[in-house]
Amino acid sequence: MSDHPRRPEPPADPFAVDRREFIEIAAAGLLIVATAPPSQAQREGGAGALEARLHIAEDGLITILTGKIEEGQGALTELAMAAAEELRVPLNRVRMVMGDTDGVPNDGGTSGSSTTPRTVPLVRRAAAAARDLLLAAAGRQWGVDAAKLEMRDGAAVYAGKTYAYAQLARSPELAAAYKAVLPAGTALTSAREWKVLGTPQIRLDGRDIVTGAHRYPSDIVRPGMLYGRVLRAPSYGAALVSADLSAAQKMPGVKVVRDGAFVGCAAPTTFAARKALEAISAASRWKTAEHPSSDNLFEYLKQHAKEQGRPQGQARGSVEKGLDGARRRLKASYQVAYVQHAPMEPRAAVAEWQDGRLTVWTGTSNPFSVRQALAETFGVPPERVRVMVPHMGGGFGGKHTGEAAIEAARLAKEAGRPVALHWTRAEEFMWAYFRPAALIEVEAGLDAGNSIAAWDFTNYNSGGSALDTPYRIANTRVRFIASDPPLRQSSYRCLAATANNFAREAFTDELAEAAGKDPLEFRLAHLDNERIKNVLVAATERFGWAERRKKRRPGVGIGLACGTEKNSVVAACCEVEVDRESGVPKPIEIVEAFECGAILNPANLRSQVEGCITMGLGPALREEIQFKDGRLINGSFSAYRVPRFQDVPKTEVILLDRKDLEPAGGGETPIIAIAPAIANALFDATGKRARAMPIRASG
Amino acid sequence: MAIIRFTVNGKARRVDTEPERPLLEVLREDLGLTGTKCGCGEGQCGACTVLLDNRPIFSCVTPVLTATGRKILTIEGLAEDARLHPVQQAFLDEGAMQCGYCAPGVILRTVALLESKPRPTDAQIVDGLNGNLCRCSGYPRILAAVRRAVGSAGKKR
Ligand code: FES
Ligand code: FES
Repeated sequence: MSDHPRRPEPPADPFAVDRREFIEIAAAGLLIVATAPPSQAQREGGAGALEARLHIAEDGLITILTGKIEEGQGALTELAMAAAEELRVPLNRVRMVMGDTDGVPNDGGTSGSSTTPRTVPLVRRAAAAARDLLLAAAGRQWGVDAAKLEMRDGAAVYAGKTYAYAQLARSPELAAAYKAVLPAGTALTSAREWKVLGTPQIRLDGRDIVTGAHRYPSDIVRPGMLYGRVLRAPSYGAALVSADLSAAQKMPGVKVVRDGAFVGCAAPTTFAARKALEAISAASRWKTAEHPSSDNLFEYLKQHAKEQGRPQGQARGSVEKGLDGARRRLKASYQVAYVQHAPMEPRAAVAEWQDGRLTVWTGTSNPFSVRQALAETFGVPPERVRVMVPHMGGGFGGKHTGEAAIEAARLAKEAGRPVALHWTRAEEFMWAYFRPAALIEVEAGLDAGNSIAAWDFTNYNSGGSALDTPYRIANTRVRFIASDPPLRQSSYRCLAATANNFAREAFTDELAEAAGKDPLEFRLAHLDNERIKNVLVAATERFGWAERRKKRRPGVGIGLACGTEKNSVVAACCEVEVDRESGVPKPIEIVEAFECGAILNPANLRSQVEGCITMGLGPALREEIQFKDGRLINGSFSAYRVPRFQDVPKTEVILLDRKDLEPAGGGETPIIAIAPAIANALFDATGKRARAMPIRASG
Repeated sequence: MAIIRFTVNGKARRVDTEPERPLLEVLREDLGLTGTKCGCGEGQCGACTVLLDNRPIFSCVTPVLTATGRKILTIEGLAEDARLHPVQQAFLDEGAMQCGYCAPGVILRTVALLESKPRPTDAQIVDGLNGNLCRCSGYPRILAAVRRAVGSAGKKR
């Protein structure tokens, strides 16, 4: 044995409180109900009582409770800023408790850029209500109209006297007010008066990250904990025929679990668990099943299209008439490959059963639905299941589910000990879900004045987000037709908006060329949406679009693209250099302008936009899941090449701050302009159109 | 099983374990040093980077036996008492983290890079860090943080 306690207790992580600590925080404040958690109605977010959302400790420290989770997108800091703004306290007086189903309201999943438009206002309203309570209490104490009081440094001030949150916390008559349902009409501070929101703030728990102190889901350690492994099928659709568990069962300290088709093991170390699983794997037999190959993926998607079902989409005018009357018709089809999120931290969970109660620490963006799934799987009431999500190592829409949580709980139940299950990278590649592949068919017609007269656009399989065109076209039909996908597919950063925008913006470039127009002028002439126009102008001016169009250099091209999704707008310009031999474009410079209403945290938004640009280079240029016979051909970081330091072009981000507009999320939409801007730049350099993601050299 | 002795973050350590176990797993599971992360287990992402006798290695593909008698530095040993290492400080000041899962590895790799090349060119930084992945793709901020660290070291001198 080592000379060190083998499995030390995790140090207290200020952002992932355990129950004991939660009760302590709770008990430190006056308005706390640790023993009686908020009712279900309160947990649903929105209409709950103040106490479901906000606690004030006797030292004046404010705790904000939210079902949202942090995965690197910046929700922690943004929500704390929102609270500090309305409470009029410095940011360091606010702490966040996130994603703990026993202590926080259910704010829905962390997805769809919804934290900014939906949860930020809820937190602001709760904080504003607490501030109003403080003012009212101070006013009563001093016999002064609350409206006359000022807020300074987190305290009400009047005639040299101060009344702070710490005092409010101790004032017993406020307990009742705290139980009251949040008033809907509480006035929020206008964006023009923000002092905390709108200022650049780096991650509040940054220090724990740079020192390695932060415990991610895969870093959670419990006393007596074992490390698990799960037997996976060798290929998709394979069924377990038999498994001889005896060799693994004889290994010291190893517990083997079999429950129907589920086979797994748990051991004192990951190494021992791996050895045990190797033994099981070597002694198991499978019946494989037919599975399509990525070689003919797009034919497959079309053949399996659910044309009979009701396609999602809309129409304006008559696309048939518009096409018939067109001076010139163009048609193209676009292919977008399956890609994997591959967050840096693979799926992980620790599960612990105690007295019929299940506690799970895991990395998911949906703590409440994972709790529900656990309750259903194990036949226990949801109140006896607690899911906690420590800030996790990335998600990008890839961790909406709770596979690792369920598997860990199954192993822990049988082993009678807490079990940690850390998916391997290979498991994460093969058994997590993928961003759906897309086949997109589009046909359009130009009228005598070289305007787009008709637009017929069909997305097979990948989804309906950003399906419609933002361009002014009298006759359109846009459709999403589901298919029977060969791989497990679901959400991803901006999901289908990337595929739809790629096809639309690449094809719009073809139309501009057919019309003999500059791509920028052609777009501007078809746009009514002022916000898109603004980002287009901002990006192209900074990039020097007009001048660069005049200066041609061999092997170098420029392209642009724009788009809108999730109530935000984006435009990107890109310069590529094309490798003479391979024909592969290399982005040299990208300028992207983005606008998502009033900016809450410019530092974080800049990081998100830069991240989207760079992440977007992957599926644009290289990422493509290949599969055959039910196996992934490139399910590893050595075979599946994601963007690295060497791939980063000169990048410039322009953020337009619209204080007059409601804030929208900014962690997704900036990704949708990258691939089409590159494709269009490739055309500019070579005269060849790219109609696939990843953009293939052949064009 | 074998008894293996080495130094971690300045402290003498002794583990009794299978010598072929990855150093990463021994650090995390036997010594409780979970700051070092696993991102792939095949030497492709750098999340598991630690310094072995001041040189960066992928601890996921390094058998613990290799560490015998040598000095290991993990992210937990980088700050001195409460004072962050200048590279950590630069990452913090520059906000060079989204999920931060890559940060321990990238920071240690940067520390090693700046030891051998105190004034690296941009190309040398990119070259030095290219083995470390950041899936949040926060590369621009990370590069800014490395430049900041170079600057702050320059000022100290
Ligand atoms: S975990 Fe070691 S290189 Fe990825
Ligand atoms: S910050 Fe998430 S992987 Fe680098």
